[in-house]
Amino acid sequence: MSAPLGKDLLGLEHLSAEQITLILDTAEPLREISERAIKKVPTLRGATVVNLFFEASTRTRISFEFAEKRMSADTVNVATSASSVIKGETLVDTAKNLEAMKIDMVVIRHASSGAARFLAERIESNVINAGDGTHEHPTQGLLDMLTLRRRFGTLVGKRVCIVGDVLHSRVARSNIWGLTKLGAEVAVCGPRSLLPTAIADFGVQVFDRVEQAIEWADALNVLRLQLERMTAGYIPSLREYNRVFGITRERLDRAPRDILIMHPGPMNRGVEIDSEVADGPHSVILDQVTNGVAVRMAVLYLLAGNAPALAEAARKATADD
Amino acid sequence: MTEHRDVLLKGGRLLDPSSNLDGVGDLLIRNGKVEALGGTIGTPDGAEVINCAGQVVSPGFVDVHCHLREPGREDVETILTGARAAAAGGFTAVCAMPNTDPVTDNQAAVGFVLKQGRAANAARVYPIGAISIGQQGERLAEFGEMVHAGAVAVSDDGRPVVSAQLMRTALEYARTFGIPVADHCEEPTLAAGGAMHEGFVSARLGLKGIPAEAEEIMAIRDILLARLTGGHVHLCHMSTKGSVELIRWGKERGIPVTAEACPHHLSLTDAAVEGYNTNAKMNPPLRTAVDVEAVQQAVKDGTIDVIATDHAPHHNDDKQREFSDAPNGIIGLETALAVNVTWLVKSGIISLGTLIERMACAPARLFGLPGGTLRRGTAADITVFDPDQAWTVDPKAFLTKGRNTPYGGRILHGRVGCTLVDGRIVFKTMG
Amino acid sequence: MATAPTIVLNARALERTVARMADEIVERADGTDNLVLVGIQRRGVQLADRIAHLITQREVAAVPRGALDITLYRDDLQTVGPRPIVGKTVIPCSIDGKTLCIVDDVLYTGRTIRAALDELADFGRPSRIMLAVLVDRGGRELPIHADVVGRTVDVPPGGRVDVFVSELDGRDEVTMVVAGEGT
Repeated sequence: MSAPLGKDLLGLEHLSAEQITLILDTAEPLREISERAIKKVPTLRGATVVNLFFEASTRTRISFEFAEKRMSADTVNVATSASSVIKGETLVDTAKNLEAMKIDMVVIRHASSGAARFLAERIESNVINAGDGTHEHPTQGLLDMLTLRRRFGTLVGKRVCIVGDVLHSRVARSNIWGLTKLGAEVAVCGPRSLLPTAIADFGVQVFDRVEQAIEWADALNVLRLQLERMTAGYIPSLREYNRVFGITRERLDRAPRDILIMHPGPMNRGVEIDSEVADGPHSVILDQVTNGVAVRMAVLYLLAGNAPALAEAARKATADD
Repeated sequence: MTEHRDVLLKGGRLLDPSSNLDGVGDLLIRNGKVEALGGTIGTPDGAEVINCAGQVVSPGFVDVHCHLREPGREDVETILTGARAAAAGGFTAVCAMPNTDPVTDNQAAVGFVLKQGRAANAARVYPIGAISIGQQGERLAEFGEMVHAGAVAVSDDGRPVVSAQLMRTALEYARTFGIPVADHCEEPTLAAGGAMHEGFVSARLGLKGIPAEAEEIMAIRDILLARLTGGHVHLCHMSTKGSVELIRWGKERGIPVTAEACPHHLSLTDAAVEGYNTNAKMNPPLRTAVDVEAVQQAVKDGTIDVIATDHAPHHNDDKQREFSDAPNGIIGLETALAVNVTWLVKSGIISLGTLIERMACAPARLFGLPGGTLRRGTAADITVFDPDQAWTVDPKAFLTKGRNTPYGGRILHGRVGCTLVDGRIVFKTMG
Repeated sequence: MATAPTIVLNARALERTVARMADEIVERADGTDNLVLVGIQRRGVQLADRIAHLITQREVAAVPRGALDITLYRDDLQTVGPRPIVGKTVIPCSIDGKTLCIVDDVLYTGRTIRAALDELADFGRPSRIMLAVLVDRGGRELPIHADVVGRTVDVPPGGRVDVFVSELDGRDEVTMVVAGEGT
C-alpha cells in the first residue's frame, strides 16, 4: 500500500513527488505487458471507461484506448466537437448522462482549461484529464518523465529545457510541475510572445536564444508550434521561427554534450524540429509513444476503484497472502 | 401624495460626513423629510419609533453602477427585485446601467426604467443612458432627450468606448447637460479573449489573461480627453495600482476625473479564481494583492471618490460552465456594506465616516442626485445599520435573483437593519 | 493482542528444506532439460533463485528462471482500495512445451496460484505446471495443491506465517503467529 492518487488525475501541479514516483514506478513493470504474446491483463475487467474527446486528438486517444484495452476495460469513444455556444450545456448535461449510465472512468480532452475538473466535481466516476485547454496534460508530462528517467536513471539534477510555445502549452505546464517536483532543473526557451509574462514565477530559467538552451540542457522537450500562432500574430512566420528557434542538426552539433530530444507530437517537421533531429540518434520520440501506453495503464490501474464508496470497503478488506 | 406617518429613529449614532455630524441622538422624519435631529426628541403622536441604540444612522447609500437586467433578462433580475435587493443592502438609490436588451439609448427606454423603478417602491432607480446608439460605439445617443427623461449620466458600460474621437465628443457634448460620462476602461485588443487577470495564477490555470495595462491605457486616455474637453469623466470599477496612480496624476492637475472602485476589487485577489470559480470571474478581473492594497489606499485618500457595486446578476446555468465560457460579473448590492466594513473599516484602513462618504455622500454629489446627507429639510433617504453584527453569507437568502457571489459561506461584519426612502421604510429587519 | 511469533524454520532448517525441495523438483520434472522455475513476487523469487542455484550445482545444468507478479490478476482488486504496488514480471524464454515450476513462499487460500496460472497462460502453453511452496499453511479456498512442500503447518484462521529471506529481510527464518489481530 502506498500514497493513493485520489479519485481523479487532473494535473501534476497538485500531486506530490511521492505520488508522481508511484505512477512512474507502476508504469515501469507495465511496459512488459505490451511485449507479451497476449497483450492483455484482466485487471480492469468489467470496468467501463468513456473516452470523451471534445477536441480532435488521434495520438492521445489511441494511446488511452490501447492502455484501457490492455487492462481489459470496456471502452466507449465519444468524440464531439460542439460549437462554443453550446459547449457549457453539453458538458453539464454530458456529466449527468454519464452518471446515469453508471460508468467507472472518464478520460476527457477539452478545449477549455478547467473542463476536466469541472466534470470531476460533478460525477462520482474517476476522471482522467487528457488535456484541458492550455492548463495541463498530466499523462503526457508523466510519459515524458518516464522516458527521461529510463534514459538518465534519475531526474535529480538533470536539466530539461522546454522549447517553443509555452504560453499555449498544457504539455509545458505538466512538464514544469512534474520535473521540478522530482528534482530536475527546468528551463524554457521561445519567443517572449509565446511565453507567459509570469514565467519566472514558475521557478524556471528562461533562455531567449535556443543556442543558450542547447548549451545548458541534458534534454530538450520540443513543443509543437500551432499554425494558428502565426495567423494570430504571435510570430511573423513559421519560416522565421525555424530559423531562430528550430532544433536543427547544426545547432545540436555544437552542444557540449549529447542531448535527448523529446517531442509530444504531432511534429511539424521543418518548423520546430528538423527531420534529421527527429529521426536522429538522440531522439527518444518513439520511446515516448511506448511509455505513453504504460503510463496510462498505470494511471488507470491506480485510479480504478478509488471512488469514495470503495474506500470503506477497502478498510474492511483483508489482503490475500 | 400619500399620507406620511412620522418616524422617530431613536438613540442611534448619527453619522453624516456631508454635514460633519457624528454623535448619538434621535432623528425625526416628517412628511418624508428630515424634520429634526440630534439630542433627545420627544415622540410625536402616532409616530413609528425605531430603537436605533447601537446602530449607525447614516445617509442612504447610493450605487452609481449596477445592472438590473430589465428589459431583456427578466429571468436573472428585474428592476423590482434589483430595487428590493438594493434596499436590503442599505441603498436608497441605484443607477441602472443601460446595457439592457434593448439598450437604454433613448428617452422612451429611460422613461421605462424610471416607471419600473417607481413601481418597485423600494430604492430609487435612476437610469443611465447609453453613450452610443445600441452601445455600438459609433453614433452618439441623444443625451439631451435622455437627460430630460430622467437619465443621470451616460455610459456604454459592459464595453469600452473604443473610439477616442467618440469619447472626446461624448465628453464635450455632455457638458451641455452637466452629466458625467462613465467609461468602462478596457483596451479591447489587449483584453481580447481574456478570462481573468494576467499573472501567475492565469498562467498556472491556463486561462488567457487581461493585463492591468488594458485598463490603465484607457484610464489615461480618458483622463487626457477630460483635460482636452473639460468634460467630467467618471472611470468605472478601477482595479489596478497603475490606474489609481494615473487618476491621482489627473486630479493633481485639476482634470475633471472621478473614479469608482468595487467592493470585490477592495477585498479579493485573483487567487479567488483558483479551482476555476466562475463566481470570481468579472471584468475588470480580480487583481493582485498589490493592486488591492493600492485601490484601498486610493479609497482612503479620495483618489477613488466612490464605491460602487457593479452588481451583475447571472443565471446559474450560465455560470455553471467552463470558466472561459462563463459570463463576467457578480452580484453585490446585498454584500457591499459588509464587504466594505470587513475589509476596509475592521482592518483599520478607513473610518466608518469615510466609508459613508464613499458609499453615500460622494456618489450623490457627483451624479447630482438627491440624498447623500442627513441635513434638516432634505428627503429622508436613510440607512440604519449595525457595523459590528457578524453574519454568514447565504446566497439563497438574497432578494436579488442572482446567486453569483464569491462570498457565499463567508462570515462578514456589518448588517443593514432598516432602509428608508423618502421617510418610508422600504426594508427592515431590526425590531 | 497478537501472541509472540514462534519459529517454524530457523536458518539451518530453511537451508535444508530448500535443498530437499530442489531435489524433489528435479525428480518430479524428470531432470532439468525442460525445466523453467518461476518465482512469485516477492519472496518466491528469492526461493526460486536459491533452488535454481542448487540445481545448477548438482546437475551441472543451468535452469532458466523467471519472476511473476500476479497483482494485475488478483480477483480482489475491486475491493482492496489503494492499489497494491505492481512488481516486475520477467519470463526469460518461451514457455511453450516446457515444464514450469511455480515457486512461492506460503500457500494459503490458493488465490495467488490461481492468478499465477491465469497469467502464465497469457505467455504460452507449457506442457506441465508444478507448484513448489516453502510452507503450506492450509486454509485453501480453491482446489489447488502443491506438488512440492517444504513444511506443512496448521495455522488457524487469523493466524499468520511470515517468511524472511536474507536477500530482502537480512535473515532466513519462517515464523508463525497463531492468533493475531488482522494480518
